[in-house]
Amino acid sequence: MSLPAYAGWGERLWYYTFRVLCGLIFLFLIAPILIVLPLSFNVEPYFSFTAGMLSFDPDAFSLRWYRDILTNGMVNPEATTGWWADVWNNAQWVRSMRNSFFIGIIATLIATALGTLAAVGLSRSEMPYKKQIMALLISPMIVPLVITAAGTFRAFSEFGLAYTHMGVILAHAVLGIPFVIITVTATLVGFDQSMVRAAYSMGAGPVRTFFKVQMPLILPGVISGALFAFITSFDEVVVVIQLASVEQRTIPRQMFSGIREQISPTILAVATVLVVISIALLTTLELLRRRSERLRGVTPA
Amino acid sequence: MTTAETNIEYEGESLKKRLDKAMFASRRRAFLLVLPLLLFVLVTFVAPVLYFLFQGFYDPTFSRIMPQTSAQLAEWDTVSEPDEAMYAALVADLVDARKAKTIGKVATRVNREKAGTRSVFTSSARKAAKLEAPFKEALIDVKKEWADPAIWEAMKTASNTWTLGYYANALDYRQNADGSYRRQDASRRVDTEVGFGDWSFTVNLGIHQLLFLRTLQISLMVTVFCLLLGYPIAYLLATLPLRTSNLLMILVLLPFWTSILVRTTSWIAMLQSQGVVNDLLVFFGVTNDDGRFSLIYNKLGTLIAMTHILLPFMVLPLFSVMKGIPPSYVRAAKSLGATNWTAFWRVYAPQTIPGIGAGAILVFIVAIGYYITPALVGGQDGQMISNFIDFHMRKSLNWNLAAGLGGVLLVIVMFLYWLYDRIVGIDNMKMG
Repeated sequence: MSLPAYAGWGERLWYYTFRVLCGLIFLFLIAPILIVLPLSFNVEPYFSFTAGMLSFDPDAFSLRWYRDILTNGMVNPEATTGWWADVWNNAQWVRSMRNSFFIGIIATLIATALGTLAAVGLSRSEMPYKKQIMALLISPMIVPLVITAAGTFRAFSEFGLAYTHMGVILAHAVLGIPFVIITVTATLVGFDQSMVRAAYSMGAGPVRTFFKVQMPLILPGVISGALFAFITSFDEVVVVIQLASVEQRTIPRQMFSGIREQISPTILAVATVLVVISIALLTTLELLRRRSERLRGVTPA
Repeated sequence: MTTAETNIEYEGESLKKRLDKAMFASRRRAFLLVLPLLLFVLVTFVAPVLYFLFQGFYDPTFSRIMPQTSAQLAEWDTVSEPDEAMYAALVADLVDARKAKTIGKVATRVNREKAGTRSVFTSSARKAAKLEAPFKEALIDVKKEWADPAIWEAMKTASNTWTLGYYANALDYRQNADGSYRRQDASRRVDTEVGFGDWSFTVNLGIHQLLFLRTLQISLMVTVFCLLLGYPIAYLLATLPLRTSNLLMILVLLPFWTSILVRTTSWIAMLQSQGVVNDLLVFFGVTNDDGRFSLIYNKLGTLIAMTHILLPFMVLPLFSVMKGIPPSYVRAAKSLGATNWTAFWRVYAPQTIPGIGAGAILVFIVAIGYYITPALVGGQDGQMISNFIDFHMRKSLNWNLAAGLGGVLLVIVMFLYWLYDRIVGIDNMKMG
């Protein structure tokens, strides 16, 4: 919608005002995420820019908060031998990072496996009670997390699953399922069912048809669903607050208590690391989307 | 015709029957694919949530620990003066409860019905073993409160194992001993102004009603802000050439993919009194160093941070609807003599209503159950209903009331979900 040559001054004025307005909204969206990057290199234990930082004094910047991610909670940060083993086993942030990935990956595997299978069933036209079942399977995304957290905590306590990794994994798997269902059914909408019939007619069984014909074509959808499920688990804190003890603390849980109790720029350093992780996930997703468009024959721009 | 059809047979079976069989088999196959997940969700999600909500109806604390008193209270008509048999049962139960060390639970339970009765139970239980008949006089000697019928009414309400009391309490109604309901005590109600300017009026609301109202109000404001900010950029993204819009889309998607904790943290860094925004305001002379604005740890902080976090939920559905509107419609309107504004307002905007509906309901649903951001940047007046539910679960340990409040919240959310399904259709939900 570039400006036509015949535009009057009013139109010109509005055109540029609108662009400036949109620029400001984009700034509102992105500024808070970019602001943590420089602040995390602050040498002082503050959340704000110091005079030194603004005049680009090299002494005002440091990596001390990144070092703190590794050393906080270590038994002996000054040791010369076994330093990395100490970090791996004892540092608080490192442990919560391990928990986050462990819980996130297993929850994602459960959600993706069950979710993909169900999405294949749901996208068949002969599926009975399709709408109702779909509504039920998507509801974990809709129900307020506090209610989910309370319910799982109460029920899981009865079976000894509260304060265990397994409990958190199961709860997170449920939260990731709607995303897998939504993305995989969306991919299956464009799937040509005659390919399945073709595979059957050439003698392939249902399992073989699924893995050799259907799966490769819906794989981009499955992977992006899995990424959504992973980020949901990776970012989730309300259920973890209820269901996890110190042993199962994840990154967001650690950040949550960090913000509430001892606010230090270490949180900003962790935030920066997380922003980098989300950029990596976003890039993966974008590449998948392009691949999926290519496979389906939609021409990208 | 039908007879002709049913007469067609193949290998000794009518074709219709064979078709039905095949259809049934394929339906079953589809269902079996969904079954594992369905069971998984039912067991690990639906059942736990129902179990939690069930706590709002079921509270056996009093009737289990004080069985004799409960039996007596069930007979009591709430009007006549409590008789000796009731006092005797009470003393017997108090002795047992003290022995079993469960008297604290009973005291807490009755205290929820009538504040200030806690010590009456604990101190009477200490002396109960030594009391002798007639128990009525003896017990009143220990604590004169036992002569007050109000405490007996509170006990009768507490002795109901199955109760609607907690759900009533969640809406600021209290249950009377005779099963009727009254409004929350006046001391726990406040006058609140509702509405804007000339349309505002004062209502007298209880704390929970107030909290629900505030939650709805914050959610509504966040939805409106998201729409105001999201509409222009969605329009820009939908009308720019694909290459540019893909690039700008990253600015929407990156926040969407960034942890909520990260975004909340950065808003603390932005908005605190020594933060970036206040620094800029001081630098540009909007305010001086002493007049820094308190932008966070209050309702304003909650509003700003939540609008930022939920904005992508508005932009993405708006964008996908706007993308599908052919630009020729607006051109046609203009060629027929419409001004830019008329073309937009009469031709373009009405076509974006499905996107507005989808985005607004989605934002509202997510906002209404929000917990983390209000907890971290909400201060006192920025707390929402989820924070209060959490408070009752983890601090006051009143799980039954938490379930009542959660049940009310869930009803609101489910209504919105149903609305979303009617307007947008859940199978049309898209991600990223």
